[in-house]
Amino acid sequence: MKLSTNIVMGHGGGGQLMDQLLDEVVRPAVGNEILAEGLDSGILHLDGQYRLAMTLDGYVVSPWKFPGGDIGRIAICGTVNDLAVCGARPLGIALGLILAEGFATSDLREVMASVSAAANEAGVKVITGDTKVVGRGQADGIYLTTAGVGLVPAAHHQRPTVAEGDAILINGPIADHGLAVMLAREMPHLKTPIASDVAPLNGLIQHVLESGIQVRFMRDATRAGVAGVATDVARRFCRQVVLEEAAIPVRRQTRHAAEMLGLDVLEVANEGKVVMVVAGEHAEEALRRMRAHPLGEQSAIIGRIGTNSEPICELRTTSGGSRIVQKPFGEQLPRIC
Amino acid sequence: MTQDTDQFLERLNAAAALAARPLAFMEVCGTHTVSAFRCGLHEMLPANVKLISGPGCPVCVTAQGDIDLMIGAADLKDVTLCTYGDMIKVPGTRGSLADARARGAKVKVIYSTLDAVQHAQTNPSEQVVLAAVGFETTTPATAVAILEASKRGLKNFSVLASHKVLLPALRALLRPSSDGGGKIRVDGFLCPGHASIILGSEAFREIVDDYAMPCVVAGFEAQQMVAGVARLTEMIAEQRPALDNVYPQVVKPEGNTIAKNLIEQVFEPAATNWRALGTIPASGLAIREPYAAFDAIRRFGLVAEDAPEPAGCRCGEVITGRCTPTDCGLFGRRCTPMAPVGPCMVSSEGSCSAWFKYGRKRDGAMEPKAGIGA
Repeated sequence: MKLSTNIVMGHGGGGQLMDQLLDEVVRPAVGNEILAEGLDSGILHLDGQYRLAMTLDGYVVSPWKFPGGDIGRIAICGTVNDLAVCGARPLGIALGLILAEGFATSDLREVMASVSAAANEAGVKVITGDTKVVGRGQADGIYLTTAGVGLVPAAHHQRPTVAEGDAILINGPIADHGLAVMLAREMPHLKTPIASDVAPLNGLIQHVLESGIQVRFMRDATRAGVAGVATDVARRFCRQVVLEEAAIPVRRQTRHAAEMLGLDVLEVANEGKVVMVVAGEHAEEALRRMRAHPLGEQSAIIGRIGTNSEPICELRTTSGGSRIVQKPFGEQLPRIC
Repeated sequence: MTQDTDQFLERLNAAAALAARPLAFMEVCGTHTVSAFRCGLHEMLPANVKLISGPGCPVCVTAQGDIDLMIGAADLKDVTLCTYGDMIKVPGTRGSLADARARGAKVKVIYSTLDAVQHAQTNPSEQVVLAAVGFETTTPATAVAILEASKRGLKNFSVLASHKVLLPALRALLRPSSDGGGKIRVDGFLCPGHASIILGSEAFREIVDDYAMPCVVAGFEAQQMVAGVARLTEMIAEQRPALDNVYPQVVKPEGNTIAKNLIEQVFEPAATNWRALGTIPASGLAIREPYAAFDAIRRFGLVAEDAPEPAGCRCGEVITGRCTPTDCGLFGRRCTPMAPVGPCMVSSEGSCSAWFKYGRKRDGAMEPKAGIGA
């Protein structure tokens, strides 16, 4: 398929359309062996017993405040999580602010209070930053960029690999974040109990890693949701991934909202969920440890690595059927009826 | 698997064995198409029972000329085109609404028709055009928008209506086609749960009476769809075509009279052009004279042109049950959800999209790659 002439919204959706843009325009310009690892952070090999992990993310969420969080909290958590899923302990964060003329200073105070609270929660410091202001209408109120560095103990930095029978775990109910933001943006007058799950996952992840459990692969299920991670696992390791629909935690209200909008909960973004692949024999222990952490009380084993080497993600449905799961394509759009 | 689903599956298997011939039931509604794939229904059915897609996906049945009309309206100066999300990516003769938006046209995705009315009221310098598509399910909401705009005296709100009426399309399907293709082989209709909430289950009585065609109104859960297919199969096995409603919790025999009256108040039957089915008399809805001021066609002097369907695209055959998506040479090759050629690949309710997304994919389908950043 030919890349479109202009950038479309779908190019930012975290799905196949974005992959194409990165493959055809971004990676050819800057590609190298570290980028090619395709992890959430770039890992620099220093001498000694640590590797340095570095990551960066831009935050343009609209509205900047939504049930369960705001752009400040998400900017810290997103970057902390990208480090944490690479096995890194976050050390410091750089924060870039792009503010539009007219944005209320009281709102900025609120965002910064969230930044501070989330950083404290994650045990990380904002160590440098930058502030720019653009003319009214050139940006939608406020955009944040955060970069983070962290240290990965060499022992935790292994080439990711998965094997038949490995278990796939998640630390709680999915799809809350994407729906909370979508409802806040599109139906601001609707009162809903759905709140974003945005949270720093480094504590939970460290809690699992410290136990010596062999975590083969992990990724936070942000844009493109659990479907994005599961299909990436299937393709990256050339393995069948089997998910059990009945085992995947979804809150009732979230499921209903997704149904109403015609969205697949598997494809909806999370900001506080990590998908872990662990050796089958460690699955129960990993589950126990995840559940012992406040951010993992509703953790579940949601699937496994299958026998087949066809890189396809399959979902065993609640009603006893099965279907494949694909990475979403571009923008998520609500349906007509 | 729930116990209920199990029981209906048993009944279905027994009836299918008794019928002892291949059976094809048409799920008329796009939501059924998607639900069937999402719950893996196809592989639960007996070997001699299959489901084929019908003309019930609003995006898929919209004629190419009507899509061009929407894009043309979006390109007009000062116009903000409000649309349901599904229409954004449908390719017209010259690109899609997403392309129009990328080159600067104002295109707004709405969730409720009243959002468009409200947008018109708060932005008096813009001409707000609501691109209204869909069957009886969405038409009442368009009627409400027109009535509300009329009540508020809005001069900058209008509707580009390409609403469709379901029953004439079902009748057209059952008549031998003019191109000599013959009528489709369908053994019964799994009637749409949502549209039937408005229409009422009794609306399908004429199909049963005139064509001896079994009709069962069903909901969208796996168990409800299995129940629907089981009832259809039982009717065939008993050689007793009938009308049944296995979704009585929400579908009443008479439907929603208030909604039907709203449609009647604002719209009148008109011939309309369908993708694949061509022009069918009284299968569309035109805005009645008292509300002519809200008709975008008249306000902007828009002219619908006959636009050919994309070369090689078999969407028309897909939505009339004449072929399955995988029979189309473009499917999964030139036509994917990322670069759709036909509307059935665009709409989240489209048969091709569901097939591509949830069905076992064929060789050569788009292979996603891992991304930078999370």
